[in-house]
Amino acid sequence: MDLSPSPGDEAFRAEARAWLAAHVPRTPLPSLETGEGFAAHRAWEAELAADRWSVVSWPAEFGGRGCGLARWLVFEEEYWAAGAPGRVGQNGVSLLAPTLFDHGTAGQRSRVLGPMATGEVVWAQAWSEPEAGSDLASLRSRAVRVSGGWLLEGQKTWSSRAAFADRAFGLFRTDPDTPRPHQGLTYLMFDLRAAGVTVRPIGRLDGRPAFAEIFLDEVFVPDEDVIGAPGEGWRIAMSAAGNERGLTLRSPGRYLAAADRLAALWRERGAPESLRGRVADALIGARAYDLYTRAAASRFLAGEELGAGSSVNKVFWSEYDLALHETALELLGGEAEFADGPWAEGYVFALAGPVYAGTNEIQRDIIAERLLGLPKGRR
Amino acid sequence: MRFLLDAEQRAFAASLDAMLTAAGTPAVVRAWSAGDHRGGRALWSRVADAGVFALAVPEEDGGLGLRPVELVVAFVELGRHAVPGPLVETVTAAALLTAPGEGRELLPALAAGTTMTTLAPPPTTFHPTPHTAPPPTGDTDAPAPLALDGDAADLLLHVDARGDLRRAAGHGRVRGSLDPARRLTPLLPGGALLAQGPLPEGALALARLTTAAQALGVGLALLERTVAHVRQRTQFGVPVGSFQAVKHRLADARIALDLAHPLLLGAALTGDPFDVAAAKAGACEAAYTTARAALQLHGAIGYTAEYDLSLWLTKAVALRTAWGTPGECRAAVLRER
Repeated sequence: MDLSPSPGDEAFRAEARAWLAAHVPRTPLPSLETGEGFAAHRAWEAELAADRWSVVSWPAEFGGRGCGLARWLVFEEEYWAAGAPGRVGQNGVSLLAPTLFDHGTAGQRSRVLGPMATGEVVWAQAWSEPEAGSDLASLRSRAVRVSGGWLLEGQKTWSSRAAFADRAFGLFRTDPDTPRPHQGLTYLMFDLRAAGVTVRPIGRLDGRPAFAEIFLDEVFVPDEDVIGAPGEGWRIAMSAAGNERGLTLRSPGRYLAAADRLAALWRERGAPESLRGRVADALIGARAYDLYTRAAASRFLAGEELGAGSSVNKVFWSEYDLALHETALELLGGEAEFADGPWAEGYVFALAGPVYAGTNEIQRDIIAERLLGLPKGRR
Repeated sequence: MRFLLDAEQRAFAASLDAMLTAAGTPAVVRAWSAGDHRGGRALWSRVADAGVFALAVPEEDGGLGLRPVELVVAFVELGRHAVPGPLVETVTAAALLTAPGEGRELLPALAAGTTMTTLAPPPTTFHPTPHTAPPPTGDTDAPAPLALDGDAADLLLHVDARGDLRRAAGHGRVRGSLDPARRLTPLLPGGALLAQGPLPEGALALARLTTAAQALGVGLALLERTVAHVRQRTQFGVPVGSFQAVKHRLADARIALDLAHPLLLGAALTGDPFDVAAAKAGACEAAYTTARAALQLHGAIGYTAEYDLSLWLTKAVALRTAWGTPGECRAAVLRER
């Protein structure tokens, strides 16, 4: 049992720290959920990519550094401790890329990953539909076979980043006559600016267009943009969820840094006794999540599947993040409600955490049924 | 980085689990609660034979050298099986007795399980309420140190106001705990000096760490028993465990325990005071959350002393405040950052 970093990890930490100290913008970028902020965050991705810091865990041939999980944890600690910007490319990097590594073709990897790493192409996810949220497998958007590809027809919604993104990935029904809804789905990628695509941005609570509806009317997708075999989409989309992706969606470094900032804010505000316990809980929770992730990473490296453990992870960080921001707002007192306050954007973002990426209710069902062995029931 | 128990550590846990399962601990606990220590002493010897106390004793004193990770592994199993007795106090005493002084010669018998040892927390360890009782004799102003299971233990220790380790000559009347298996005994003040303060740093951290491990084991047992209950208990024609309200309560308990476990192992590995305080608060709160869910989801039967669930429910309550309340541990966390 060992938590100590290798000498190589420490050298890597020093290199990352030095680079970040020299490059992280002095003043925070505008919100990435605005046109101006999106462009600024895209430029930041290019700056990271120029020195191969944008996707450290990818192989070198796609712009990464081939870092294992231990080094990825180090990078994330340094990244968030340095106060570096949020990652506009996260949907692509943490959801699509792992799927391409596991199920994509060599051609898809070489076409898609490079521009994803530099922020030249920013990806949106297109899972939910107006009638298919938690019950995602009931989705109705279709892809109809035509010569050389598929025609998309239907509507996607709550598509994060789609207001400003370039391309999207999601599941479409290619066979309407299967006995079960999870069958007959196909995973494919499409251009948000292709003919027949209409993107209607949706303002989140603070009015910023953080997500969008996507209307699809005979949108052509070539065969080369189908990931895996047609009809296998559900299995492909879900396979990554229980593995590395479940582990890397939110890094411990992000919360370790946030908890330290919260503790600093608490002290700055005179260390009020009334919030002592909640600030301590933020520090304890960040360390717990850090060690939990290290244990999960060690199991993964030892060849274990993480499976439904990723649901534990998701419920924890989403509720943790929200509680931490609520504590910060209390510390700010009367300044808490300022829309441009230092914790406001993070708070509004955290509010969505228990809903997206599989609601926490669905995640708790998964924990109860798959980890605890409780019987299935009506939801 | 390989933050995983190795095969030997997992086998150690499995062998303790098998031994304690075969021992039928619930009957032992009930006898112990009534003041009959025979079954508990027999079990104590088997725990010692398995090497548990030796994990806190230096090799030259008949032990295996201090091994916090293995201690945590062992105490999780002791908690899972609700083993009674001054377990935390015995290993903490071992760490205190390694200080230069008369006490060191007591260590081999402690490791072998022939000297069951209890220890009252020092009066000033934990702010704001010292873990003490009114004096048993009434002739001194200082409150008497309060130790767990002094009526069963062979060696009664306390750390006095000067920070010296002393052997008490006896104890006062047993005072009941919310956990009937924990018999609290005021120790007679003074007594023979065993080691002069300042005592080894880390001894009290070991008390927190092993209490946290025991609490985590209690939480795991409560979850396991409650899952079994809601799978077989039917209402409205279906198992109650198929209802979302029930599932989600248990999922939350599982999340809390899953996050507390690595915190505990991390604290054992680093020995960092921040980690130890975090582990104590995290594990005890997770166990308590699980206890509340277990009580609620068992319904009225869970509220009875007769049903064995009560052995773990009450222990989750008592361990939460033993050797540092969640509030004291949270304060310690903030002092360290």
